[in-house]
Amino acid sequence: MIGELFKGLGTTLKYLFKRPVTVQYPEVKRPVRERFRGRHELKRFANGMERCIGCSLCAAACPADAILVVPAENDPQAPNSPGERYAATYEINMLRCIFCGYCEDACPTNAIVLEHQYELSYYDRKSSIYTKDMLLVAPEKGYGEIPPILQQLGLRPSPPAQIDL
Amino acid sequence: MSFLDVIILIVKCVVLALGAITITAYMTLFERIGLARLQHRVGPNRAGAIPVGGGRHILGGWLQPGADVVKLFFKEDIMPALADKWVYMIAPGFAVIPALIIWATIPVGCWPIGPNAQLGCPTGSDNLLQLAEVSIGILYLLAITSIGVYGIAIAGWASNNKYSMLGAIRASAQVISYELALGLAVLGVVMQAGSFSTGQIVEQQAGWWFIVPQFLGFVIFLVAATAEVVRAPFDLVEAEQELVGGYNTEFSSMKFAMFYLAEYMKLVAMNAIAVTLFLGGWRFPGLRPLAEYVSANFGPIAGNAVFGLLSLAVFLIKTAILCFVSIWIRATVPRIRYDMLMNLGWKLLLPLALFNIALTAVLNVFFPNDRLVSGGIAFVVGLVLLILVSRFAGPRKPKSAVILVKKSGQEVSAGR
Repeated sequence: MIGELFKGLGTTLKYLFKRPVTVQYPEVKRPVRERFRGRHELKRFANGMERCIGCSLCAAACPADAILVVPAENDPQAPNSPGERYAATYEINMLRCIFCGYCEDACPTNAIVLEHQYELSYYDRKSSIYTKDMLLVAPEKGYGEIPPILQQLGLRPSPPAQIDL
Repeated sequence: MSFLDVIILIVKCVVLALGAITITAYMTLFERIGLARLQHRVGPNRAGAIPVGGGRHILGGWLQPGADVVKLFFKEDIMPALADKWVYMIAPGFAVIPALIIWATIPVGCWPIGPNAQLGCPTGSDNLLQLAEVSIGILYLLAITSIGVYGIAIAGWASNNKYSMLGAIRASAQVISYELALGLAVLGVVMQAGSFSTGQIVEQQAGWWFIVPQFLGFVIFLVAATAEVVRAPFDLVEAEQELVGGYNTEFSSMKFAMFYLAEYMKLVAMNAIAVTLFLGGWRFPGLRPLAEYVSANFGPIAGNAVFGLLSLAVFLIKTAILCFVSIWIRATVPRIRYDMLMNLGWKLLLPLALFNIALTAVLNVFFPNDRLVSGGIAFVVGLVLLILVSRFAGPRKPKSAVILVKKSGQEVSAGR
């Protein structure tokens, strides 16, 4: 009994002199996996046009009914997207979203992609609605932009985003 | 006793109480960090961290006890509708007061002061670092430690909650069971020193700590004290898998903080008592020559002050080492079963403590003047007895007799 007791005590004491395995989260962020499904982004074409054509297939595919798409006709002189229509309103309710990625699969133009951002907390329920201007990437950031966290690691973005049309 | 003496006494009381509370607060931090490091974690390292450049911080977490207190203070104070209101309200006080007044007779150092100041604080001289030198200090300590269970018992009863009640009953049964072994282990020291006074017990340990002749008693005291302050591995009182939180389930805010404080203060006090009784109290080799050198060169007041502060530091370091052992044991040993707890207390520790008393008495009669022989015999006998007991005692079955699975007539045993 004494032998076992001291063996156990020795085991715990050994860990006193080892470096803790804790990751100091806000300062140190562990990289996510390549295929991690985090916050959505609405991608663009290389020429800066929106990929989303407002077809609402993502909304139809969404099992949690989190996506609202209101399409509108493109202005032929200054089109937002290469198709006939574009998404005038594109909202995702992050309280409903289950990050399943079905919207990604449903999208015919690869416009919506679940990226690697996972810090999605907010203080009121209204902030859970992510509107189009929050989701849409900046115009100069065309398609194929590698997320910063993956740039640091020299990794490529998640597979759906690599498929170009 | 003049008016000034009363004022000094009150100031000493307040300083001791605040010091005990502060030490307890930092004991919680010490425990959290120590336990975390023993479990390969970091522990609290945010509150009060000081940046030193290069993204590095030092002293992380030193304000954590303050943050905990502020958090607990601002939490909602909930009282169950069916609780016994007044008993419920005084229960935290019943838990804290004994934990606080234990400290009164412990000599936490030796700072000779006043008209009959003497270096080394022999009996009769004034000591600034001991609140009360009572001739029955040990009895006082034993009485107060066992009173501590009243707080737990009435807290469990007044909450009007099954789990709290069960926790309180367990606490009462456990404390009463281990009280015996604890008291008898202390009695060995009392016989060795020939006095019930804590001051005299420390005086007797000059150059010869009682852990040597009372090794068996020391081990019994450590185990029984751990059980007495209901701490892991004997924390069945608040076994959260079985009893939610035990006796303090229904307490929140500062009432809970009081129980938390009492628990840790009792732990530190028990370790301080162990230091006083077995590890020579504030004594350490080399302290006295240093103080004599200082008083020869810088006057007796400076010498006394140096001796006082160093002896206090020695006492606190010894207590901290024992506290670390408590944390270490908590990180290592799993909680034991209730029947094992009772078996250990009644069938093992109590006979061992009785044997220890008999051994001490016999050796003191046969070798009244030769401390080396009697101490050596007691140490060897204690060590051999502990090894034998740990080898043969306990409710263990041979490995081949343990049946792991019983399935349609087939038995799968653990034996190889």
